[in-house]
Amino acid sequence: MSSLILPAILGGLTTGAIYALIALGLTLIYGVLHIINFAHGSLLMLALYGVYFLHLFFGLDPYLAIPIVVPLFFLLGYGIQRGIIAPFSGGKEQNVLLVTLALSMIIDNLALYFWTSNTRTISLPYAYEMVEIGPAFIPLPRVIAFFASMLCALILWLVISRTRIGKAIRAVAVERRGAELVGIDVQNTYAVCFGIGTACVAVAACLLIPTFYVTPQVGYAFVLIAFTTVVLGGMGSFLGALVSGLLLGVIEALCGLFLGESLGQIGIFLAFILILLFRPSGLFGRRAA
Amino acid sequence: MKHTSLGEWLLYGAICAYLLLIYLLPSQAWLGFTINALIVTILSVAWNLLGGFGGQMSFGHAALFGTGAYVTAILQVKLGVNPWLAAGLAVVAATLVAGFIGALSFRYGLRGSYFALVTLAFAEVLRILASSFAFTGGGQGILVPYKAGLANFQFADRITTYTLVLVMVAVAMLITVAVQRSRFGAYLIAIRENEEAAKALGIDTFRTKVLAMMLSGAIGGAAGVAYLQTYLFIDAPIAYGSTMSIEALLGPIIGGAGTIWGPVVGTLSLHLLGEGAKHLVSGAPGLNLVLYGVLLLVILRYLPDGIVGFARGIGRTGQAAAVSVKEAQ
Repeated sequence: MSSLILPAILGGLTTGAIYALIALGLTLIYGVLHIINFAHGSLLMLALYGVYFLHLFFGLDPYLAIPIVVPLFFLLGYGIQRGIIAPFSGGKEQNVLLVTLALSMIIDNLALYFWTSNTRTISLPYAYEMVEIGPAFIPLPRVIAFFASMLCALILWLVISRTRIGKAIRAVAVERRGAELVGIDVQNTYAVCFGIGTACVAVAACLLIPTFYVTPQVGYAFVLIAFTTVVLGGMGSFLGALVSGLLLGVIEALCGLFLGESLGQIGIFLAFILILLFRPSGLFGRRAA
Repeated sequence: MKHTSLGEWLLYGAICAYLLLIYLLPSQAWLGFTINALIVTILSVAWNLLGGFGGQMSFGHAALFGTGAYVTAILQVKLGVNPWLAAGLAVVAATLVAGFIGALSFRYGLRGSYFALVTLAFAEVLRILASSFAFTGGGQGILVPYKAGLANFQFADRITTYTLVLVMVAVAMLITVAVQRSRFGAYLIAIRENEEAAKALGIDTFRTKVLAMMLSGAIGGAAGVAYLQTYLFIDAPIAYGSTMSIEALLGPIIGGAGTIWGPVVGTLSLHLLGEGAKHLVSGAPGLNLVLYGVLLLVILRYLPDGIVGFARGIGRTGQAAAVSVKEAQ
């Protein structure tokens, strides 16, 4: 058994890196807009289909699709915030939750209508190439996903901490009214945040699809995991999302190992409930909910 | 107390007329459709008690519905308990589950989005557990043997089932009326409007919220029992899946949260709309949910008080109308 634990942990880390990437987008949206985006998983599903169809029709490698889908999803996210969420919610927190819920229902079920519930996968020549890491053999795409996710997190951190728009985002997150007073376009900043959050999901889709599948329902599982990651790390905390994403990947892998594959995710949700109950501010959160 | 406006009379009259018309024209298709809609209505009424009056939006009411259905099924099928007794115990079980979830969440001051997420997570844990263990039937679910008869809580003719479900909706609504008129209801509404202020006035907010959750659990569990006794089958995705949780909250919000008729109006309208869409575009899976989503957006944007709130504004004259216009602004 002990010889299985280390490979499970390494495998869990590669899954966790993708959870972290998806959660980074969600935590950015939460940290700045203070909204819980229910449609995050649905956008991931859309991105997965986007990458799938690019591969199917144009034979485009999922990794080469990144420069295409990422800007597109940035614009999509930007448009959703400006065109739907802001006008339809009237700015109330509970309404935002319901607006994003409505969006996810519409997106998921339109996908079901157009693309049916068939599970789709793409086969790539290098998908089953294994990389030997210590005692474990990890599929090459997973190793790529791990490092690419970490790279994205770094880029995102640089954007937030070093650029002008990043400064605006931080200002709006801390003090909306004050940011408005010094001339920051708050609505625009919100939409940029939502766009960046959605772009994260697009990257995650490109990294996921080589070893994963897509169905119209796939977003729901991920959105729950992403919520867990965000809450565990502390709502709006960047480092928190990163660490807890990795942690949850490992928890899932270990639960799967000890309790059986079908109960793997239960560890995630139990962790979620425990964290919400005992430390709703999360591992890295600064203040209580 | 507000007077019922002409628009409200028309709306409630239309619903009652529809529900009674079924007795005159008992088409099997309509009967089946309406029974299903009414079972969801019971769950919506349960949600409305906590979410509409108490302002605690649960995203996991399937946890209560599913517990009601599963406990009845397990007691009957695996342990041979009398179906009526099983139904009663199932309601108790759902109440306890609700109390447990409520006590844990409210104890740690979870509210708003956090409460929504934790309820969602509880439902999800129950779904995974129910599909993994043998005594819940695992992935296959539980099938209750068909033995029609009053003693078995099963009825050969659907019109009896219909009457039973209709009575359950009426009882659930009466419970809501009783709550609304009681001191407990006033506490609950005070918590919705401003929890800090309610606390400052000496209301035991924790106790009030947990009690509301338990009452909601009892009604939600009864909805699960009604489902099981009607369809004689339950599995984890039906019982604890997100569909039921979402349906539970859509009805009240679209119909008018925190009103007596809101969940009934909302759920029936949604189901009629969904059924209509199904006939227009035959066999398109999920299209009704697309419509529900669009309707939810429209309601949030243009009718924040739901259909009942809209009806309230019709046929009102003079001062009352002026006040409601002011409220709307």
